[in-house]
Amino acid sequence: MSFELIGNVLIAGVLSGLVYGLMALGLSVIFGVVRVVNFAHGEMMTAAMFAAVVLFNTWGIDPFMAVIPVVVVFFALGYLLQRAIINPFITRPEHSQFMLLVAVAIIMVNALLIAFGPNARNVQVDYQLESFELGPLLVDAARLYAAGAALVCSAAVFSFFRFTMTGKAIRACADNHMGAKVVGLDIRHLYALTFGLGSACVAAAGCMMVLLVDVTPQLGPAYTLMAFVIVIVGGLGSMPGALLGGILIGVSEAGAGLFITPSAKSMVSFALLVVVLLLRPQGLLGKRP
Amino acid sequence: MAEPLLEVVAIAKRFRGLKAVSSVSFAIEAGHIVALIGPNGAGKTTLFNMIAGVYAPDAGEIRFAGQRIQGLRPDEICVAGIGRTFQLVRPFAGLSVLDNVVIGALRRSPRIAEARRKAGLILERLGIAEKRDLPAASLTLPDRKRLEVARALATEPRLLLLDEVMAGLRPTETDRMVEVFRELNRETGLTILLIEHVMRAVMALSREIHVLHHGELIASGAPDEVVRNPAVLECYLGEDAA
Amino acid sequence: MFSQINPRARGLLAALALLLLILPWIANNYVLSVAVLILYFAYTGQAWNVMMGFCGQLSLGHSLYVGIGGYSAAALFVHFGIGPWGGALVAVAASMLVGAIIGFLAFRFGIGGVYFALLTIAFAEFTRLGFDHWQWLGASGGFFLPVKQREFNDLLNLRGSPVMFYYVMLALATAALAFCTWLLRTRIGYYWLAIREDQQAAQALGINTFRCKMIAVLISSGMTSLAGVFFAFYYNNLFPEQIFNMGRSIEIILGPIIGGIGTLFGPILGAALLALLADGITELMAQIGIELPGIKQVFYGSCLLLVTMFLPNGVWPALARRLGLVSAPGPDPAGNTVRHPDG
Repeated sequence: MSFELIGNVLIAGVLSGLVYGLMALGLSVIFGVVRVVNFAHGEMMTAAMFAAVVLFNTWGIDPFMAVIPVVVVFFALGYLLQRAIINPFITRPEHSQFMLLVAVAIIMVNALLIAFGPNARNVQVDYQLESFELGPLLVDAARLYAAGAALVCSAAVFSFFRFTMTGKAIRACADNHMGAKVVGLDIRHLYALTFGLGSACVAAAGCMMVLLVDVTPQLGPAYTLMAFVIVIVGGLGSMPGALLGGILIGVSEAGAGLFITPSAKSMVSFALLVVVLLLRPQGLLGKRP
Repeated sequence: MAEPLLEVVAIAKRFRGLKAVSSVSFAIEAGHIVALIGPNGAGKTTLFNMIAGVYAPDAGEIRFAGQRIQGLRPDEICVAGIGRTFQLVRPFAGLSVLDNVVIGALRRSPRIAEARRKAGLILERLGIAEKRDLPAASLTLPDRKRLEVARALATEPRLLLLDEVMAGLRPTETDRMVEVFRELNRETGLTILLIEHVMRAVMALSREIHVLHHGELIASGAPDEVVRNPAVLECYLGEDAA
Repeated sequence: MFSQINPRARGLLAALALLLLILPWIANNYVLSVAVLILYFAYTGQAWNVMMGFCGQLSLGHSLYVGIGGYSAAALFVHFGIGPWGGALVAVAASMLVGAIIGFLAFRFGIGGVYFALLTIAFAEFTRLGFDHWQWLGASGGFFLPVKQREFNDLLNLRGSPVMFYYVMLALATAALAFCTWLLRTRIGYYWLAIREDQQAAQALGINTFRCKMIAVLISSGMTSLAGVFFAFYYNNLFPEQIFNMGRSIEIILGPIIGGIGTLFGPILGAALLALLADGITELMAQIGIELPGIKQVFYGSCLLLVTMFLPNGVWPALARRLGLVSAPGPDPAGNTVRHPDG
């Protein structure tokens, strides 16, 4: 096996991993603040991917331009979902929240199935065929652009939490629920904003993902699982952890595809998950509870 | 004199470098009622949790009935014969009052019928027998405190650790609770270590008082001696004793 | 337990038992197959409920034990000619071993709540992918049991008519109900409820929480694997993609959650409601004349959503009180429902 091949696969793994990371960032942000595990995360991902496919195939909108309307719509939907349906559940036991989101997931998968049928859809843009030469290595242009966009989106989310008043208020909510209430923060609104923001992350990741893979409605649960694995490995609630976890999973899946067999690639990620859970349950970059 | 029931020798505990308890030693004779007092943050609950097995001490030794017990798990401590209550009461909210106590009684009486009988007697002693079939979640705070005590008593401890069970009770309720502990102590020889802020109960019950301040024992002795101790007056009882 | 239920409920239960016993004479094959499915999910729901409803440990990977049970018994039957009853022993042992490994790792390392749930998913998915590549068991192509037309029912080898399978599943579901009823009256049953309600308080009462949780996992995984053995001999084929799928795990737990978690009759009622709901929706769609793949599931999901939102404790506690089957435990100002074993 040549050095070039391994190098190419590693680079592809890192680049896809950044897109996975952005998807998982959404899950991590929601859990970190609202303390609800979004079991419909992967379904939201596929919904965003279909949105990008439709925008491209109907009006020829490039997925990178589609990010803007899709993110806006998903932000609004996430906000409403939290405010209308999930909010009464934040004090309920975990299995109750789980059921609620599983129900949402079932509805989403099948609504997509009704709308688009079971067949795989994709977008075809000319830069998907281009690649850059980096010494002896080849880097897919589409993958590179997608990873770059994922980084930009993640940076935007980081800055939102770091520098804006709203972002700081949300962090205050996450750190000290009671305290935030006492100083008069509108928790319902902030939670809904957070869920909207998490949905927006998935939406952006979905738009980029259509450049890399075909989409079918049934992919939802697989993405949900992948997002879980990533955030647990990186640390639930840790934003840099989500990106790191994404890269690790991207690389390990690419590596497993190369060294073992492509169909067993998620086995490596699950093995990684089990090891991390046992040795460092808070995740690689998570804080000890 | 016989060996004390509980002996705490130079135990210490730090949390992230912060000294919670440093080198505290005391002993409790079997059949005595002893109070542990001190201002908030003095390390009383930490000390309690070390005896109850929630934390292992960083240094020192805890002996119960001649056996070293530090580092044992909370359930092993209970089996050894130490029962405890929680400062913030933790009833099994979804279960009935009776079932709460039955679960405690099952430790020594594995047969359900026997455990139910014993639990019923304990509920009567604490005066909440008529509420036995209500869900624990529906109890008022004073009743929850009683349930907390009933559940710990059901494990038939030789030493009972009480963490502020009088807090939030009205004076008449406090007196009733004090009477229950006196009775138990007289009839069964139950040894009690209580953390308490309600001085009315402390003075009425305890044979000996230890005062903890900033994680250190600053005074020990009979109640009337301790309340006259200048160090104690200064740190804690100032306004009460004046 | 039954003695605490009032005469009205006992009468209803007796009528139900009679109906179930004579069902094969009054129902056609289709109804019978639906009944088998209901009993199957009543059984697996009951098994899952031991772990979650009684002991408070949320497993989202119970398909793992169904799969291991099914594959163990099927492999012994196909490769070594060992019948399903002998195979069941191995299946139960194998599932309990896997359950013990998961439980030990999780409880020793202090993994609880959401993390525990995700660990169970991870193990199930990991195993699914492993079986996908295990050639001796047919890998992803599936593993098949020989099917022959038979003159008579061979109970010893579980080969026979739907009626035989119906009675086997009825026996299993009834046994599970009786077993769980008994469990809740034992010391360990009380200890599980204590752990479910408050682990730290339970420990302070001398309960070895690690041991109790391990026992719950062992019983639950062992019971679930028997459902797998039944599944293998009823359907005569096993695919890792199907049997270990996370969707199967969710199907298992829907019944008890809809019916009422931690209750004895919740899993049974939930399984029946879900099956009838699914069938009812199919029927309704056929009547209206809509034929869209997925529309059925959208309705199904919506019903789940509504039940979760408006009946957080499940249908059974509300129904039992409405029908006067259990005496109300008294006023409850906190608005919490007592999850009494009977309720």
